[in-house]
Amino acid sequence: MRHIISLLMENEAGALSRVAGLFSARGYNIESLTVAPTEDATLSRMTIVTSGSDAVIEQINKQLNKLIDVVSVMDLSEGEHIERELMLVKLRAEGEAREELKRLTDIFRGRILDVSDHTYTIELTGARVKLDSFIDAIGRDLILETVRTGASGIGRGNRILSL
Amino acid sequence: MEMTGAEITIRCLQEEGVEYLFGYPGGAVLHIYDAIFQQDKVKHILVRHEQAAVHAADGYARSSDKVGVALVTSGPGLTNAVTGIATAYMDSIPMVVISGQVPTYAIGEDAFQEVDAVGITRPCVKHNFLVKDVKDIASTIKKAFYLAKSGRPGPVLVDIPKDVSAHKTEFVYPATVNIRSYHPKGKGDSQQIRQAAQMLLEAKRPMIYAGGGVVLSGAATQLTELVKLLGFPCTNTLMGLGGYPANDKQFVGMLGMHGTYEANMAMQHCDVLVAIGARFDDRVIGNVEHFAQVPRKIIHIDIDPSSIAKRVKVDVPIVGDLKLVLDEMLTVLRSSRQKPDAIEMGVWWKQIEEWRVIGGGLRYKNSSEIIKPQFVIETLHKLTFGDAFVTSDVGQHQMWAAQYYKFNHPRRWINSGGLGTMGFGLPAAMGVQLKHPGETVACVTGEGSIQMNIQELSTCKQYHLPIKVLSLNNGYLGMVRQWQEFFHGNRFSESYMDALPDFVKVAEAYGHIGMRIDNPADVEPAIIEALSRKNDLVFMDFRTDPTENVFPMVPGGKGLSEVVLSEDL
Ligand SMILES: Cc1cc2nc3c(=O)[nH]c(=O)nc-3n(C[C@H](O)[C@H](O)[C@H](O)COP(=O)(O)OP(=O)(O)OC[C@H]3O[C@@H](n4cnc5c(N)ncnc54)[C@H](O)[C@@H]3O)c2cc1C
Ligand SMILES: Cc1ncc(C[n+]2csc(CCOP(=O)(O)OP(=O)(O)O)c2C)c(N)n1
Ligand SMILES: [Mg+2]
Repeated sequence: MRHIISLLMENEAGALSRVAGLFSARGYNIESLTVAPTEDATLSRMTIVTSGSDAVIEQINKQLNKLIDVVSVMDLSEGEHIERELMLVKLRAEGEAREELKRLTDIFRGRILDVSDHTYTIELTGARVKLDSFIDAIGRDLILETVRTGASGIGRGNRILSL
Repeated sequence: MEMTGAEITIRCLQEEGVEYLFGYPGGAVLHIYDAIFQQDKVKHILVRHEQAAVHAADGYARSSDKVGVALVTSGPGLTNAVTGIATAYMDSIPMVVISGQVPTYAIGEDAFQEVDAVGITRPCVKHNFLVKDVKDIASTIKKAFYLAKSGRPGPVLVDIPKDVSAHKTEFVYPATVNIRSYHPKGKGDSQQIRQAAQMLLEAKRPMIYAGGGVVLSGAATQLTELVKLLGFPCTNTLMGLGGYPANDKQFVGMLGMHGTYEANMAMQHCDVLVAIGARFDDRVIGNVEHFAQVPRKIIHIDIDPSSIAKRVKVDVPIVGDLKLVLDEMLTVLRSSRQKPDAIEMGVWWKQIEEWRVIGGGLRYKNSSEIIKPQFVIETLHKLTFGDAFVTSDVGQHQMWAAQYYKFNHPRRWINSGGLGTMGFGLPAAMGVQLKHPGETVACVTGEGSIQMNIQELSTCKQYHLPIKVLSLNNGYLGMVRQWQEFFHGNRFSESYMDALPDFVKVAEAYGHIGMRIDNPADVEPAIIEALSRKNDLVFMDFRTDPTENVFPMVPGGKGLSEVVLSEDL
């Protein structure tokens, strides 16, 4: 099953490689991994999307907790949460298609950030499935380039990951 | 007063009460060596290879409850140390390794003797640090010792660039450590402990499976009380030997690949299993699916949550330090009016006795023609009253030492279980002998393993370490040969070593006493003679039966009850 694991870790050189190294050394899947400092500059927040059996996910959580640089860990997918990913996609946009692409972008609540004679660059935010279906709707033929950040996540309501 | 980073480093070791620093100098640690020269509180032991420095620090730690400390230079010094660090990591041994690094301004430029020490060791340390500022040395070393020793112990590396060891600052050793992301658990959950106690009291076929955690935690007394109070059978893993007295009748021997028949059968067929500081290693329970075929309730006590439910499902997990958890469990059990069902226990013990008979105990056919390796270990046991410190290398000799030297106390059996590092035995014995001067330290080895760190005979000479080396020389990489005999149609691919040295001469060349023993009748006199030489290292080259195999054996990937017993008898 797909899990979104969120963690706070010391914002120190090498901390990221400890997490990445753990996943490769133990053969765990990583679908995506994002990391950036938080409002407290000593801490980084990381979101890892992974998959595995319940036993594997349990081990992943325990192994992450065991890393000395990791301050706290939460499996967001165990409860109510919000997942967002940012995608920038550059499309071939010529002639008739330009209008249709604009319309599709509006339907998906995307924004056109950059326009040239032949291209549109679109920004789209949402859960993975939404971004995937946008790509499906456009069709791969028109896509020149995509950049995705990987998922970030946060718990709903009182589910807070803190020190 | 301002001190250099190097002086601070050594001062920190003094503050930590470090007696011995095992090391080898080089460019990146020259300042540190200069600081060592100017003091005499921390004694430096100059090994002949950095791997040996780490194993010696490891042996020191295993035979005491202190942190072992090693010092190596950058580049090849550090890479040579990696095997030692990984060895300590796999067996959860508390250790601090200090390595020199190229100066901060040269890092990343492929400087002379530069390696990414933090990167290379990351997967085999509990934690590691690169110290970039002299002001951070003291607090980092403080943290390193705390991390190494607390919770699940392990090696910690502190990498110090050369310029940092030269820079100056005020020395302040922090009194306490606070790492906000690190809170090892002490006490276990009382609710879970009560539940576990109840489960034990209701068991019909209980089994106590105790591992290296008992030794690491210093919980041998508590374990023994628990086993006695309940009247249950107890087994030890290879790492747990000595955690429960081997001469007690409730001890069913070591379990696992080369464990006793009764221990493995009881493990397989019990209805309530309590794992105490043991991690269900693949050499212990064999095939996990086969193990899971028999339904049983499992209670698992371990300080590291990731050891629990890693390979087998657990019914009652208890995270905490064994000493505290067992103390609490003992209190609960003592205050309970319920006792284990005497009739059920009688039936269970009868079953175990039957297995003992079927398995025939640990046995071998002795010979008056050729030395049987097991006989050497039995004789050593007899002559040292089971009280020696025994280090070992890796192979058949290791298993025979584990099986036939009955350990009654913890921290007497010093071996590399998790990594299985050939070359561990002799340097580990140096650390043990330094920690326990005047005690008998025996290093049981093979002609293959000893050659992986034989240069340390020179270190032993320099520091007058009267280790008794018992080399069970079967002329083969015996454990490899055994697997080739069983599983590869007797094709002994590269397991025979031609051109072995004359070990007597080797020992003599290093300034020690060498003995060659070919006859079974000479085994006992030789060991008596060696033990009587209190101040000498004696190297005993026993020419043992090259065809002898280790039994019982659960072949890799098989279940615990699919054991191969000795063919001889
Ligand atoms: C040639 C060869 C053959 C082998 N054959 C066998 C065999 O037949 N049988 C066998 O048993 N092994 C055998 N081994 C060893 C095997 O590979 C493992 O090293 C060993 O079984 C692990 O022992 P353990 O489960 O006790 O765990 P250890 O590695 O000793 O781990 C200790 C556990 O205790 C926990 N712990 C540590 N401190 C505390 C504390 N204070 N409180 C609570 N918990 C704590 C740790 O978190 C860890 O989970 C063999 C090795 C070799 C090289
Ligand atoms: C460094 C290292 N290399 C290889 C091995 C694989 N190995 C395990 S046992 C063994 C043979 C050891 O031979 P010896 O020391 O003579 O002991 P014996 O089995 O003959 O008693 C080998 C090669 C190992 N454990 N460690
Ligand atoms: Mg051999």
